[in-house]
Amino acid sequence: MAERKGMEVSIAIAEAASVCDVDVVAAYPITPQTHVVEHLSELVADGELDAEFVPVESEHAAMSACCGSAAAGARTFTATASQGLALMHEILFIASSCRLPMVMVVANRALSGPINIWNDHSDVMTERDVGWVQLFAENGQEAVDLVIQAHKISEDKRVVLPVMVNFDGFILSHMIEPIELPTREMVKEYLPPFEPAQRLDIDNPISIGPVGMPTVYTEAKMAGEAALRNSYGPIVEAFDEFGEKFGRRYRPVETYKSEDAEVLLVTMGSISETAMSWIDAKRAQGEKVGLVRFRMWRPLPTQDFKKAIANAKVLTVIDRHFSPGGAGGPVAQEIKYMLYGDEKRVPVVECVAGLGGRDIEFEDFDKMYETSVAVKGGAPVPPFELVQVRGGHYGEV
Amino acid sequence: MEKFNVYAARLLPKEDFVATGHRACQGCAEVLAMRLVHKALGRNTIVASATGCMEIISSPYPESAWKLPWIHIAFENSASVASGIEAGYKALMRKGRYPERKINIVAYGGDGATADIGLQFVSGAMERGHDMIYVCYDNEAYMNTGIQRSSSTPLGASTTTSPSGRQSIGQQTWKKNVPEIMVAHNIPYMATINPSYPFDLHRKVRKAAETPGPAYLHAYSCCPTGWRMRPDLAVQIGRLAVETGAFPLYEVENGKYTINEPVDEFRPLRDYLKPQGRFRHMTDETIDIVEARLHAEYRALQAKARANQEEK
Repeated sequence: MAERKGMEVSIAIAEAASVCDVDVVAAYPITPQTHVVEHLSELVADGELDAEFVPVESEHAAMSACCGSAAAGARTFTATASQGLALMHEILFIASSCRLPMVMVVANRALSGPINIWNDHSDVMTERDVGWVQLFAENGQEAVDLVIQAHKISEDKRVVLPVMVNFDGFILSHMIEPIELPTREMVKEYLPPFEPAQRLDIDNPISIGPVGMPTVYTEAKMAGEAALRNSYGPIVEAFDEFGEKFGRRYRPVETYKSEDAEVLLVTMGSISETAMSWIDAKRAQGEKVGLVRFRMWRPLPTQDFKKAIANAKVLTVIDRHFSPGGAGGPVAQEIKYMLYGDEKRVPVVECVAGLGGRDIEFEDFDKMYETSVAVKGGAPVPPFELVQVRGGHYGEV
Repeated sequence: MEKFNVYAARLLPKEDFVATGHRACQGCAEVLAMRLVHKALGRNTIVASATGCMEIISSPYPESAWKLPWIHIAFENSASVASGIEAGYKALMRKGRYPERKINIVAYGGDGATADIGLQFVSGAMERGHDMIYVCYDNEAYMNTGIQRSSSTPLGASTTTSPSGRQSIGQQTWKKNVPEIMVAHNIPYMATINPSYPFDLHRKVRKAAETPGPAYLHAYSCCPTGWRMRPDLAVQIGRLAVETGAFPLYEVENGKYTINEPVDEFRPLRDYLKPQGRFRHMTDETIDIVEARLHAEYRALQAKARANQEEK
């Protein structure tokens, strides 16, 4: 077993990429991701990681270079956040459509404007439809472990898709945590050298990224959809094998004190840990409350989620982003989609909180819980709410 | 370096890597330039394409005109994609996971992809020193979307977004000098090429391939459709472009300028403009201004070449 050491989570993520023996890192600095790429360039400069560090001139170029590097058959890693992810937007679709395996960590940060460098999920949620596998970490250890598993998933010949690992900016990226960093030898057993399913090879020329006419575009889209949906099995296998080797077992949907819970919180990312502390406090008062959280966001683990919430009377969904002028928070939207066909639909209380780095505190949970308990008692389900906003809502529309 | 001093048609390689049957227009000298570039580069080449005419005419799935490994990601970023390919193979070869061999990594884009939307990407790739070649196939407008002006469109040309009219001479700005912008990156090799001069083109492409580090080639690419001219004049117009001083052929090796196909006495610019419908509306006054400026630029180029000569 590897040693547990206190280290900054960003540094630990860079070390995780390093023990994966990545071949190419193409990245551009952006707060709060910078320490990840800084440390990777240090590792390369010191000869501890034998890789090409490509210091590109923008995130768009970073993702473009990653496409080239993955197409060459090299193990490819990058990291970004917020505006950087938004700048990559165009290329994210193409990376998945061309079936280019790579791993990107996203230090989740609010999108401008107003400009704000702190944490929420507006960056990743606006990239929901890019066709990538999308995973969420809730602490530093999970982020490290997910980077290693992400390479395994991405390169699996049954998957061959890019994988995004989300971890909360500042709240995790700049936190010093006790981390158990697997050694390179241990990782090599789990993650053998990358053997690409196809590559740009002068001995066997192929064309990647040709024009898809209306006669083939739909089929190409279906192929991508099938690849992403079918990645579920290999992802769970990668989680299980990691659990056996490293002793930490991951699941597509994680639960906490959920079995007998009447009110179930649904979260993603680091607020899950605050939620757990709050749940412990509530449980001590005899309240039947629990937590469900998505580790896997794409592909959407519908069956796991429905199993996890089977006994709940109310779901309290905490979104870190919302669709302006639209249907509220993205996580709540998708949960409602999953529940729509059910005979007895569990009510969903939609809360949007923790925008642009605002802490979600026990009092916020209390407030959301109060609404949820009222709904459980038969009160009408309120429209989605920015629970922490000062000055009240906009009123009737 | 200079292994290819003597050229004759029968001495050029027979093999082509851009196959026939592609969907380019009649008389397209852009695809001609591309075919000649890849004839010169040969089999050990990986190509990153920008979106544009050369992408759509060569890759309508399930067809491909490419006998080489070829990738297309998006419009503006072929230089970055090629950076990644180069970095990938460099790492794999160093780590012993791919056999050591010389691979030409080539990115290409049109003038829109190079001078406008992709300028940052080309600049980044050249500045970082990747061992790669970037080729700009310059047909002087956004032809793929239907002849819109770019910053590489010459002054006076009528396009669909710089139309000539009662209040307009057509394109109102001078052609952006991308070759000189690339020279300013201090790259080891920059050359302008023109498929109407196939031997000069072949020699320069070979030189670009043999130069370690980044090389930039700027290819004059006549587009009869967009220039509103007879397709059978495509090669002839390319020669007129050089003979009138509209598109000088030159190369810059580690900062040293050489003019190729030097012109002692310019042919009148009108000989070049007249066959092209895009210049049909130009007044004598505008033509004179353009001609004077082209000559002045040519003299400036000659001065740089002479200065290098004297240093030697």
